[in-house]
This record gives sequence, structure tokens and C-alpha cells, in this order.
Amino acid sequence: MEAVTENLDAYVDGFLTSLSIILWSLVGSLVLGLLIAASRVSPVPPLRRFGLFWVTTFRNTPLTVVLVFCAFGLPELGFNRSFFFFGVLGLVLYTSAFVCEAVRSGINSVPAGQAEAARSLGLTFSQCLGQVVLPQALRTVVPPLGSVLIAMFKNSAVVGAFGVGGDLWSTGATLTSARGYETLPVYIGVAIGYLIITLTAGALLQVLERKVAIAR
Amino acid sequence: MHSRFTTLAATLAVASVFLAACSGGESEEAAAEPTVAEVPEFEAGTTMAELAEQGTITVGTKFDQPGFGLENLEGDVEGFDVEIAKIIAAELGISPEKIKFVQTPSAIREEVIEGGEVDMVVATYTINDKRRERISFAGPYYEAGQQIMVAADNDEITGPDSLKENPDLTVCSVTGSTPAEQIKPYLADPGQLTLFDEYSQCADSLSNGQVDAVTTDNVILLGFVSESDGDFKLVGEQFTEEPYGVGIAKGDVAFCEFINETLAANEEAYAEAWESTAGQVEGAETPELPEPQPCS
Repeated sequence: MEAVTENLDAYVDGFLTSLSIILWSLVGSLVLGLLIAASRVSPVPPLRRFGLFWVTTFRNTPLTVVLVFCAFGLPELGFNRSFFFFGVLGLVLYTSAFVCEAVRSGINSVPAGQAEAARSLGLTFSQCLGQVVLPQALRTVVPPLGSVLIAMFKNSAVVGAFGVGGDLWSTGATLTSARGYETLPVYIGVAIGYLIITLTAGALLQVLERKVAIAR
Repeated sequence: MHSRFTTLAATLAVASVFLAACSGGESEEAAAEPTVAEVPEFEAGTTMAELAEQGTITVGTKFDQPGFGLENLEGDVEGFDVEIAKIIAAELGISPEKIKFVQTPSAIREEVIEGGEVDMVVATYTINDKRRERISFAGPYYEAGQQIMVAADNDEITGPDSLKENPDLTVCSVTGSTPAEQIKPYLADPGQLTLFDEYSQCADSLSNGQVDAVTTDNVILLGFVSESDGDFKLVGEQFTEEPYGVGIAKGDVAFCEFINETLAANEEAYAEAWESTAGQVEGAETPELPEPQPCS
């Protein structure tokens, strides 16, 4: 495993780059996914259609294709940002569709009587959703949402190939090709890096799940 | 994005066939294929004896490197590396159709040699000491050098040093490549380096202004310049030396010496190999065969 120990600084750099891709995408896809889920269950038909369109588009397009459109398509339209921005943007767009569907399944699990009761008390749609339905819905979505997010953490490896570079996955490629280290130990190191992120996330999710669980 | 290359390669292939036909190209045809040795004799127990006996050779090369090793529409690989392999095989009494080419991207070149999956690797393979720890190199058969390519209307970048002076400038290369490593000392900030999987993606980013420069070995850049209809240009001198070698099993001194002698003895075939492949790009001069490095 000298490939890992000799290049620890490269691994740490890669790990931090991956982590920042992941954290930005985490915030972005949660916020966006919630908004899309809200529009999919809203009483406004155009919003509902927009939500359906969004989910259909991004859930059914391969991540690499979304990223190509972000990294090469947007600059063609005169929208120039860093590749880091485009990478995170692509991952957020793609993941938001899955977050939306996980959240929507939670919303659907809340008995209709809850929303009816809220409405009969005179709460508006956003009050009803924000204070009555979502708090109950989010409890049930912790496990499926967790899976979506962990999948997103691993998908961050794809972002590295779109101009970002320097993430954990690209570090592996640099060590094996440019510096000539053996493939297996290098990628065992890469796997450990991702495991640190995903296992930690898994443990946090479990704590969260226990915290918000309700006895039904 | 590969399609541009394939189209170019196909056009060149068609054009060369046409030209050959026009000029009654019998002599050219004959010269293009190195003469296969009839009954070569080698000391028993050497790699050469083994390969000659077996009548076939497995060669690792790239399938996606225009000018050096690029798979065409028929599934055959073409390029300078492929021609070099043919010259070596010919001296072993192996005709070109008996050579089995295996796709060998940069990351697995050492692995396939160590694992014995190939007899040699000819794949724009820069000789360096780190790699020498695991395999041996014959050659070099070509000296490439790293250079910088920019948009034709860019006067700000005059060479690698311009990148240090202005940290807002970005440069693109390929993940895991030697050029990507070697440009790092010229950067003021690691964020200036943009990495993709393929050079064609770097070229696309250069044309839409997402990056300011692309860096890799000059011959690869020349290919993009000649295709760009004057949109790209090279600036500055070559600032590294990339001797391309033939990767073989570690410690096979006899095979290494054999390859060096073969290359030295086939100067004409070497020049033709270059002119029919990488040398077709505008501005690429036919190289002299570099001095071989000692075999170890």
C-alpha cells in the first residue's frame, strides 16, 4: 500500500475536492428537490406539469449527458462559469429529480385527513405543506432519501471527469497513469476515501432516522 | 467528439488510397509495408526466438490517439505507434496481419506488460524512471515535447510562463497524463488546471472560451491546429522532453537491444511510417530517430 502512503497529500487534496463537490450538491439538490416536490403536489396545474416535466427530464437522462450539456452546452449559449460550478449544477439538476420523488412518496404517505384538517383550520397551501404535511412526510423519507443522497455522493466521481479534475477519482487516474503506480492499491485508496464519506453519511442518517422516528 | 477525428482519419485514408491509385502507387504500396524477414534466426530462449517461432505478436497500443494509434471504422488501428510495431514485427518474421493489437490506455500500460498479456507496448509511452521500476523501455523512437495551444486571436499567452503571471488564465489537459503533471510547476494556483478525459473536450472548451489554453505533446496539438481552420495556434517553445519508448518486460535486455537495432537499421521505413501517419499533419517535421538509451 505504499502507493497510498507515499501520496497521502494527493489523496487528501482529492478527498477535499470531492467533499466540497458533495456538500454543495447536497445543499443544492435538497433545496431544489423540495421545491420541485412542492410544485408536483401543489394545487396549481401549470406548476404540477412543470414538476412532472422536470422529473421526467432529469430522472430519465444519464448523468453524463446532463453534465455534457452543462459543461459544453451552457458556454455555447454564452454562459461562462467555472467547471466546478457546471459540475455541481449538473449533479444538482440530476439528483433533484430523485430527491423530489422520494419526498413526494413521503407526502403521499401522510393521510389525506391531515391536509384536510389543516385546510379546515384555514391554513394556506404553504402553511399546510410546511407545518403539517412536510414535517410528517420527511420522517418517512429518511431511508429512501438517504439512498438517493449516498448515490449522489458516489456520482460526484463522474463530475470530476468534466473539467473539475483533482477529485478523488481523478487522483486515482493521475497516480496510475502519470506517476505509474499500480492500479489496484491506488484504487483501494480511492475506495477508502469514498467509504469515509458514505459510511459517515450512513451513520448520520441512522441517527437521524432514530431521532425523527414516530411510533405509528 | 471522436467523430471529427474519425472523419478526418477516414478522409485521409480515402485521400491516400486515391493518391496512391493516381500515382500508380505500386512502389509506394510496397514501401509502405516493411519487408518481412524470411527466416530470421535468434538465439534459443530469447523473446525474439519465442515470438518468431510462434509467428504472432501481441502489441498494446492506444485506440484513441490521432496520428499514433487510432481505431478506424473497419476496426483496424492506424498510426505511428502501429507502424513502429509493424517494423519490429517484420524483423521477427511476423507479417502485419499476424500482429494482434490490444487497446492499452495509459492507466494499464504497466499492468499488461507485467501480466504478460502483451509482448510489447507502443502507446505514446514516455520513458521515465518511475515506470522503469516496473518495466523496461527500448528506444526512444520519438522525442515529443509539451507545448501550449491557444485561440488564434490570443496574444496574452506566449508560453507556459504566462500562466504564472496571470492567475486568471486557465489551461486544459487530460486526467492522468504526464503533461497535466508537468504543467503544474508553471501554475500560480492549482485551480488554473482544467482536466478532461479526452483532448477533444479540451479543444471544445478552448473554442467556446471556457479555457484559455490547452497543453500536451506538440504532435497531438498540431492535429487540433490543422483541423481548426485557423482558430487555434501553438505558442512558445517545447518546454519538456517526452521520449516515447517501447515498453517490454522488465529486464529483457536482449529484446530491448533487438528493438533498438531494428529501428536503427530501418531508417527509411521509419521515415515513411512517420510521413504516412502523424507526419500528415501540417507543420509536423519528419523526425530523426533519437539516440537509443542504454538497455537495462
